[in-house]
Amino acid sequence: MTVPATPGRRAEAGVLPLDGAGVLVPAETPFRQVWRSFRKDRLAMAGLVVLAALLMLAVLGKLFTEWWVLFDPATVRLPDKLRPPFSIPSSSIGKELWPTLGLYPFGTDELGRNVFARMLQGSFVSLSVGVVAVSISLIIGITVGGVAGFYGQRKLGFVSVDTLLMRVTDVAVCFPTFFLILTVVALLPPNIYNIMIVIGITSWMGTARFVRAEFMALREQDFVTAARALGLSEGRIIFRHLMPNAMAPVLVSATIDVAHAILTESALSFLGFGVRPPFATWGNILADGRSYIFDAPWLFILPGGAILVVVLAFNLVGEGLRDAMNPKLRRRASG
Amino acid sequence: MIELLALLFGLATLAATAWCPPRLTRVLGSLLFALMVGVVSRFAFGVHVALLAAALAAVLALRFFPPLVLRRVVFLVPALVLLIFSTTLLMYRAPGNPFANERATSPQVEAALRAQYGVPKNASAFFGIYMRRLLVEGTLGPSIKVQGRTVEELIAPAFPVSVALGLLALILSVVIGLTLGIFAGLKKNSLADHVSMALALFGVSLPSFVLGAGAMIVFSLWLGWLPVAGWGSLRHLVMPAFALALPNAAIIARLARSGMIEVMQQDFVRTARAKGLPESWVIARHAMRGTLIPVVSFLGPAAAAIMTGSFVVEVLFAVPGMGQWFVKGAINRDYSVVLGTAIVYFGMIILFNLLVDLAYSWLDPRVRSSDA
Repeated sequence: MTVPATPGRRAEAGVLPLDGAGVLVPAETPFRQVWRSFRKDRLAMAGLVVLAALLMLAVLGKLFTEWWVLFDPATVRLPDKLRPPFSIPSSSIGKELWPTLGLYPFGTDELGRNVFARMLQGSFVSLSVGVVAVSISLIIGITVGGVAGFYGQRKLGFVSVDTLLMRVTDVAVCFPTFFLILTVVALLPPNIYNIMIVIGITSWMGTARFVRAEFMALREQDFVTAARALGLSEGRIIFRHLMPNAMAPVLVSATIDVAHAILTESALSFLGFGVRPPFATWGNILADGRSYIFDAPWLFILPGGAILVVVLAFNLVGEGLRDAMNPKLRRRASG
Repeated sequence: MIELLALLFGLATLAATAWCPPRLTRVLGSLLFALMVGVVSRFAFGVHVALLAAALAAVLALRFFPPLVLRRVVFLVPALVLLIFSTTLLMYRAPGNPFANERATSPQVEAALRAQYGVPKNASAFFGIYMRRLLVEGTLGPSIKVQGRTVEELIAPAFPVSVALGLLALILSVVIGLTLGIFAGLKKNSLADHVSMALALFGVSLPSFVLGAGAMIVFSLWLGWLPVAGWGSLRHLVMPAFALALPNAAIIARLARSGMIEVMQQDFVRTARAKGLPESWVIARHAMRGTLIPVVSFLGPAAAAIMTGSFVVEVLFAVPGMGQWFVKGAINRDYSVVLGTAIVYFGMIILFNLLVDLAYSWLDPRVRSSDA
């Protein structure tokens, strides 16, 4: 229902701006609204900047340590073991083992490996474990929650789909997650994909519950009835109308879940159940440096600090998003 | 194939427990609870006391336990069996076995060893032997790698260590978390609020092993106040307990703060104030209960987090607890040690969750009345 775009009309409309064709357009899209209030949150913005920097670092790390090896994380230089940060290689190091920058920016570990190179390699591992694990959990969680929320009323024999799926979710919630992950990872061959998958399939329950609740609330709303009345397919209603509206809490919890997944991976690597040793992650740099904690504190401070900063950044962004997306909180803050 | 079917059947049984009618839940739950009590007390006191304890437990459970708790028991005992089964399957799927070492063993020797330790080549057969040992013979079986010792003999000295550490950490996290959270919630948006919430944010983001290692450097190396690692005196307990407690304290602080803020806006608090009650009384008697409810509901996950976190902390501080045995067992493929520690950990988490449920139904009358 378009309104003829006469000048008089437009003036009458006043606060409601009309575009060229005379269609009513909202003053601000929900996305811009969230972004505007997110931008005001200085801590959350700082977290976002850190995350952007980390993303770049992780990609560069992958590039420079594995594809175009500027910094080799696996080169062993036994004469130069446990050198402090910014030290210069000793004279016994041959030309072919000389580090790229001519010094060890982050020192060396107990085998004389360049910690800077290892940290770079580890940044990619940490981030990819976090992102992939959460993607897996999101896929499972959104599917389970979406089906339970949208098709929940259907009957399967004597139980409804909703009851069945939510019972399964309840069962999954009752298991102590980290213990399960630990048992599985301790017994499976140590391999980064196993860790991603195991973390992913043990952490989808929260997402499923959020999505189900949102879908159940949205399904009864007028715009969905309208969409049905227009004869839209179920797929289109689910993916174009329900999904975007249900994403707010999911996005928030996913951000915080990434932080959890990174913590879990580092704890597993610390116990020696994580990624296979020559490959560096922040957790196993810490684990290797554990015995030298007093002689070489940088082996603990650097990876520990890195984990702290990344997890803190994810938490800050997640909380900033929650505040920005939660209209109830927004009203309380302004009023 | 059969194993996969058995696994699916186990999962189905587990899910099916949710549909038990209330009557059946009451009877079944009491019986299973008695079974649990019996098996556990047999390890501690022997067969006769165990039978008595089991009978007592059955009567108590049948008569007094709230439906919520019984429902949990009905769910958790099959869950425990399923845990043992799936762990067995995983162990058998994993590369390596307890009898593989540097020197190649002849098939005859390996067969003899397998027979002696009760570790057949087939996972389901091992599961059968293990369950019979656990229920009929009342033992966790011999350790395969530590010669001539049973798993309960290995765990027995480690168990009190882990429990002491875990309990202290739990108490510390509740005390620190509640104190910070309540003060922050009462003085919302004050400096104290911002400082304690910033601390809480750091606490949530710091893994316990980084915190522990940092504490080692500061308190042992620089200040020299506390021993670096090891076990033996109260001073050894301080750093590991704090390293375990602080991440949970941070979460409890946030829960308590938001709970407090919410409760203080409720009508019954306004009524209490309008009656002219002193503010301290309003907080202690009226607001406290509402603040505690979210905190208590978090205690179950918190206990699980502390117990599993203790793996990392025990390794870091060289504490001779059960976590050490689990890690060693997993690395050595010592099947019975892995299963034994897993059962004890899982059992403790179950037990604690039951206690939390009881406390919760006592605090929140809405839970008590509903048959959830």
